Amino acid sequence: MNFLSWLKPRRSAPVARERLEILLQYERSLINQTDLIAVLREEILRIVARYVVIAPDTVQVKVNRGSTVSTLAVGIRVHNVPAA
Amino acid sequence: MGKVVVVTSGKGGVGKTTTTAALGAALAQGGQSVVVVDFDVGLRNLDLVMGAERRVVYDLITVIQGVAKLPQALIRDKRIENLWLLPASQTRDKDALTEEGVGLVISQLRQDYDWIICDSPAGIERGAVLAMRHADAAIIVTNPEVSSVRDSDRIIGLLDSKTLKAERGERVEKDLLITRYDPARAARGEMLNVDDIVEILSIPLLGIIPESEHVLRASNLGSPVTLCAPTSEPGRAYWNAAQRLNGEDVEVIVPSSKKGFFDRLFGRRAA
Repeated sequence: MNFLSWLKPRRSAPVARERLEILLQYERSLINQTDLIAVLREEILRIVARYVVIAPDTVQVKVNRGSTVSTLAVGIRVHNVPAA
Repeated sequence: MGKVVVVTSGKGGVGKTTTTAALGAALAQGGQSVVVVDFDVGLRNLDLVMGAERRVVYDLITVIQGVAKLPQALIRDKRIENLWLLPASQTRDKDALTEEGVGLVISQLRQDYDWIICDSPAGIERGAVLAMRHADAAIIVTNPEVSSVRDSDRIIGLLDSKTLKAERGERVEKDLLITRYDPARAARGEMLNVDDIVEILSIPLLGIIPESEHVLRASNLGSPVTLCAPTSEPGRAYWNAAQRLNGEDVEVIVPSSKKGFFDRLFGRRAA
């Protein structure tokens, strides 16, 4: 350790705060998004199941985010028998 | 009906068990009936911190499995008669912790105690989720350190989605407890300060526990710091937090950096 580094201020806390704020903003948005897809999946499943017999495990919900347009793709496998 | 409080953090080693013991003892000393419950199956330590490690016969898992009745597993504190401990199992499989079993134990405890304080395991897995599942309120224990703050944020997200209250559309009360705080280092900008952490996590502050040798001494002795050193800085800070948890209108004690001339002169180099 030289004399100059001893004199230099060591305020690392503001760096920590800034890094955390950026990271958490990103992570919070990710978590909200996965929750949204799960909710959407359940809701779609419930409504479709009213009219046709579906295999719940085969439902896929995908969101592709683009810069201007995003697409939502829902794939559901339907059994070839009418609902009771 | 008792109030269920989970002490949680995401990150390990931040002071959940110390906090559970200290707050439980303080509330019980104030005359209310308190049970502290260890949810850390396989890595139990609340018994050790409470000084009851040689009195454990049955535990939470044996009660859930029906091997023992709940009253058989509860250990009464030797210092405070209305303070009880329900230990975790050290040897059994942690998968034995079932949602239904935990629900039954908690509802029984709610009948008999004013406070049920659940010491959560670290992480965000099953054990941590079950510990928070029935909570009315949560204490999020956070160190002034980036990884701890990040994990606390994650835990806050889980409290808002995985608890019974959240699923019913209600809110779990969430309070922040900052531990291992060094006011001198925070003042010098070397450590996240209280405002930084409160603003980042945006939940109300329950208390600030300063870094202190008394905390280690308390766990060495197997006595909650609120009992073995009630007038020490961390002892007073935990008493203050317990009063606030109890709904009393008291201000948070903010630890000050009382440094002498030589500490000020050489403090920066030592830090």
